[in-house]
Amino acid sequence: MKAPVLDVQHLTMRFGGLTAVSDLSFSARRGEITAIIGPNGAGKTTVFNCVTGFYQPTEGMIRLTHPDGKEFLLERMFDFRIAHKGRVARTFQNIRLFAGMTVLENLLTAQHNTLMRASGYTFFGIVGLPVYARAERAAIDKARSWLDRVGLLARADDPAGDLPYGAQRRLEIVRAMCTDPVLLCLDEPAAGLNPREADDLNRLLISIGRETGTSILLIEHHMHVVMEISNHIVVLDYGQKISEGTPQEIRNDPKVIAAYLGVEEEAMQAAGGAG
Amino acid sequence: MAAAMPERKLDVAGALKDAALAAFVAFGLFSLVLGLRTEQSGLTSALQLYPRPGLLFGAVATVFAGRFLIALLFRSNLLADPARFIPPQASKGIAFIGRYAGIGLLVFALIIPVIFFDNRYLLDLSILVVTYIMLGWGLNIVVGLAGLLDLGYVAFYAVGAYSYALLAQNFGFSFWICLPLAGILAAFWGVLLGFPVLRLRGDYLAIVTLAFGEIIRIVLINWQSFTGGPNGISGIPRPSFFGVPFNDGPDGFAATFGLSFTPSHRVVFLFYLILALALITNYFTIRLRRLPIGRAWEALREDEIACRSLGINTTHTKLTAFALGAMFAGFAGSFFATRQGFISPESFVFHESAMILAIVVLGGMGSQLGIAVAALVMVGGFELFREFAQYRMIVFGLAMIGIMIWRPRGLVSHREPSVHLQEKKPIPAAVVEGARQ
Repeated sequence: MKAPVLDVQHLTMRFGGLTAVSDLSFSARRGEITAIIGPNGAGKTTVFNCVTGFYQPTEGMIRLTHPDGKEFLLERMFDFRIAHKGRVARTFQNIRLFAGMTVLENLLTAQHNTLMRASGYTFFGIVGLPVYARAERAAIDKARSWLDRVGLLARADDPAGDLPYGAQRRLEIVRAMCTDPVLLCLDEPAAGLNPREADDLNRLLISIGRETGTSILLIEHHMHVVMEISNHIVVLDYGQKISEGTPQEIRNDPKVIAAYLGVEEEAMQAAGGAG
Repeated sequence: MAAAMPERKLDVAGALKDAALAAFVAFGLFSLVLGLRTEQSGLTSALQLYPRPGLLFGAVATVFAGRFLIALLFRSNLLADPARFIPPQASKGIAFIGRYAGIGLLVFALIIPVIFFDNRYLLDLSILVVTYIMLGWGLNIVVGLAGLLDLGYVAFYAVGAYSYALLAQNFGFSFWICLPLAGILAAFWGVLLGFPVLRLRGDYLAIVTLAFGEIIRIVLINWQSFTGGPNGISGIPRPSFFGVPFNDGPDGFAATFGLSFTPSHRVVFLFYLILALALITNYFTIRLRRLPIGRAWEALREDEIACRSLGINTTHTKLTAFALGAMFAGFAGSFFATRQGFISPESFVFHESAMILAIVVLGGMGSQLGIAVAALVMVGGFELFREFAQYRMIVFGLAMIGIMIWRPRGLVSHREPSVHLQEKKPIPAAVVEGARQ
């Protein structure tokens, strides 16, 4: 059993009278792909926003453990610090690239904090010390290798907003990877992709997990993607966890089937009794 | 290709209809404005109306004819493809001009004092234009790069001017000591304003910065004991040529360099001074754009939420943009103070902020060359039409409308990438985000 990279305990998020996530506990293990699934409005994106600092949870604890054993309590950190210090990167359901900047610029912006330090918080950079030029070359090389991996090298100098949809999805993932994350949170990365692109995405995500050691937390509706690549699945419905387990277990769980397909009242109760 | 080509046929009837409608509207508008003239006359000073049918008819006829021609052109798709009208050689020429316009303008600016040495009016005008270019380039950091709509930029200009005036008068510091101090003070005020305000976005930020600009001006008016109130500060020390004053005395500039004395020496020096300051602003902006901070500014303009998800401290990033923009305004302000020798709150009204913002927007947000051209057109062009008194406002307004229709993203609207792998391609304006937050 691998150590957990992310440990969520009793997470609750309320918006006024609405409880979007209620007493949710799960953990994601290092180097694995953990998927959060559930019907629309189940609270998946809210969980993501709590983990990545866009919301401050009402209650609960989110503990992130780095490979070197350093621990971060994400519910006490906020905003960009989670991405910067905690090294949690994310993508968005509706793609958020810097559309007016080139593909390469997008990837360099992702390495902002590293480059900022190398440029002596701009002072070395403005006088043109070689230390910054070296750091920038390294950053470009890193961007180049990631672009090569997702087949976007030829489009490095094109504006990100001009790329086709599937390429934008891939670019957003590699942009997140350029921050060297410990945990990568992907919000519906396969949305709008055709089957071939979805297969490519599967391969990319598996290779990311294997080669960089980055753990992945995934929200996805495409069951094809989820079942094929996830090591562990958490199922949410109405803000509560209704099931958790390996893809095989989830596939056969009557409660999950009930939540997705909808069943008669009695059948639901029977399923609840059985589970 | 041929199938896509729209049919070219003169649609006279449609154009006539358009023109008649326009003429009708024009008649409605002008019938009272132009058609009737009121005059107080006679012993009783009674108001009398004089009809002016000739003028009214002329105006309506002009509208009719103009609208007819335009409608004919558009309805007949004569203007559908402007490329057809411009021969390839000409468009190549335009591209060539575009590439070397910056260098050409710079060379021209450098030799202006040589050509117009005796033309005091033109020299003064050039100084004014370059001051606005510098202010435009400074504001461009805030509005064009970081996408923060700042309507109170003139406040920092005022802080710079007053800092210089007060430091020079109270402590007797020379221009070269006051200049950086004024810049630092302006940047300090930029940070001070920025801290509470930068949580706001878009329109709200614009309103608060507008208010800040007014607050500074009103403080300047009312704090009599410190700023001299509405009377301003006069007798601000003139700049010296690194310690050598510009006067006709034995140790003056002319005597030191063995020239015959003329007041133009100081003006020429002032011109080169502001040109140098503006070029420093330009150089810094170009450098900063290629550094991580500049890229973060542009990323912030494009998508703030994505910036946060990448670990970029958006507050610091915005503050640096605000502070740097303010610093350059502070430099320009202290130059303004030393050139005028007298400053008062009247020089720092909202109109100035609006003017600088208009220069940035017309120039094309983010484009250095576009801003220079826009400042030249706006300030220089405005002066050029001085003879026409009130009509220049009309021309000015028409020009603005024209630019908004044909070049809504400014004169130079594409964006230059800050870094490239194989080939540098300009990014079309359509995908670039404007000032929004």
